[in-house]
Amino acid sequence: MQLVTPAIGLVFWMLVTFSLLLFILKKFAWKPILESIRNREQTIEDSLSLAEKTKSEMIRLQGENESLLAEARKERDSMLKEAREMRDKIVGDAKSLADEEAKKLMNRAQDEIEKQKSAAIAEIKREVSVLSVQIAEKLMHQQLENNAAQQTIIENQLSQLN
Amino acid sequence: MGHAKKMPDFITLFNYSSVRKMIATAILSTFSVVSVYSNHAEEAGAKTHENHESSTSAAHTDHAKPEKYDPGKMIIDHIADSHDWHLWGEGHGSVSISLPVILYTKSKGLVTFSSSKFEHGHAAYEGFALNEKGTVVWEDEANTEAIYDISITKNVLAMMLAVLTLMWIAIGMARSYAKRSGKAPKGFHNLVEPLILFIRDDVAKASIGHKADKYLPLLLSIFFFIFVNNLFGLIPIFPGGANVTGNIAVTMVLALVIFLTVNLNGNKYYWKHIFLPDVPVWMYIIIIPIEVLGVVLKPFVLMLRLFANITAGHIIILGFFSLIFIFGSMNQGLGYAVSPLSVAFTVFMGLLELLVAFLQAFVFTLLSAIYIGMAVEEHH
Repeated sequence: MQLVTPAIGLVFWMLVTFSLLLFILKKFAWKPILESIRNREQTIEDSLSLAEKTKSEMIRLQGENESLLAEARKERDSMLKEAREMRDKIVGDAKSLADEEAKKLMNRAQDEIEKQKSAAIAEIKREVSVLSVQIAEKLMHQQLENNAAQQTIIENQLSQLN
Repeated sequence: MGHAKKMPDFITLFNYSSVRKMIATAILSTFSVVSVYSNHAEEAGAKTHENHESSTSAAHTDHAKPEKYDPGKMIIDHIADSHDWHLWGEGHGSVSISLPVILYTKSKGLVTFSSSKFEHGHAAYEGFALNEKGTVVWEDEANTEAIYDISITKNVLAMMLAVLTLMWIAIGMARSYAKRSGKAPKGFHNLVEPLILFIRDDVAKASIGHKADKYLPLLLSIFFFIFVNNLFGLIPIFPGGANVTGNIAVTMVLALVIFLTVNLNGNKYYWKHIFLPDVPVWMYIIIIPIEVLGVVLKPFVLMLRLFANITAGHIIILGFFSLIFIFGSMNQGLGYAVSPLSVAFTVFMGLLELLVAFLQAFVFTLLSAIYIGMAVEEHH
């Protein structure tokens, strides 16, 4: 049967053609095609993983930002609190100092007043004694012009002495 | 009783249904193709004897009497190889491309001439002649010296054209891949790339595993060689129509390539599986011959499957066409009447053959990959 008997010529040409086909396609077609398909797949994979990485990085950054913000807020709060405390302390200190000073001033003033007062009183006393001597002098002058009166006074004085 | 009555009913229904007629016609036509072919073979044998007695007169009488349509001869002429590429027409009005005949014999060395010198088997040239089967023989019947016929026949030319087309497509693709590296496939790539990826991922990697890359160029080449030649075979006019992948020589070489690849790359586990299988020693007598047979049988079956499928497809399509002329030779009106049915069947078979063209290329590649995978597989 010619149908199932391989013809030598066709076997020969098939061997030649197929070897050439294999060699040429392997070198000039399949290698570059498979290479570029692999490259493309790598590119796609890389891009996807990069996107994934970027996403997680962003989430991480966002979290970091939030925690930073929270920390900053806490810090601000504590700073505010500290400042308030400081202010209160300063104000308190100032107040107590002022009180003390005021008290001191007041005491001094009081002392001064007392001093002045006693001085004034002493002055007044002196003045009064001078004045009373003068008055007494004047009165004496007046009284002593009148005999009767002199008499009375002397008598009064004498009675008092008794 | 009811049963008995029903049965004949069914049979009559079956007897007279048009479906049965169609099936019968199809079956009969296939058988007639085969039987007519065997008749033809006997006839051919007889004719060659006649020819040798009086070659020119026999040829003349052959042409003088009105030619009776012989579907077997027509089909065999179409699926067999030939020294010239018949385009159209019959007898003296036929148009065909003469192909170079290249012969090697010990006594004459390398002889090259155009097949037109044979005048379609009617003339001898340099002592060579064509017999009825289209094989080159010695004009002198008594000469028994071997003739090595390495002519560029119809199948060789068709195969080369298909291979050139394949190279043109594949290399063109490789070029544009280099130009668009890293980008999405475009245009024609969209058609071919899925096939490449399919062979790579679902055939090579699935069957061979991590060593697949080494065998991928071979598997891709085999797949596209078979696929392109199958498709070319379905084209009825010049660049196609040859029965390349349905030729046993072609499938034999393909199977041989797989046989060599499998056995040259087989690792120790592969050989151990054949010569020291994990069975009781007394069973070696049975197992080893079976395994050794299997080594040869696997590529042998690859060869036969592709050959038989593609040849059968061609025969069926040609057979359906023959129906027109078989009925036409009985009665011209009958021929016209059968033609729509025949064409419908042929179109259906053509579509089926398109599927088979892909399927057989795929099956050949898949089985090759599986055989290679079995040979290079690492155990534990």
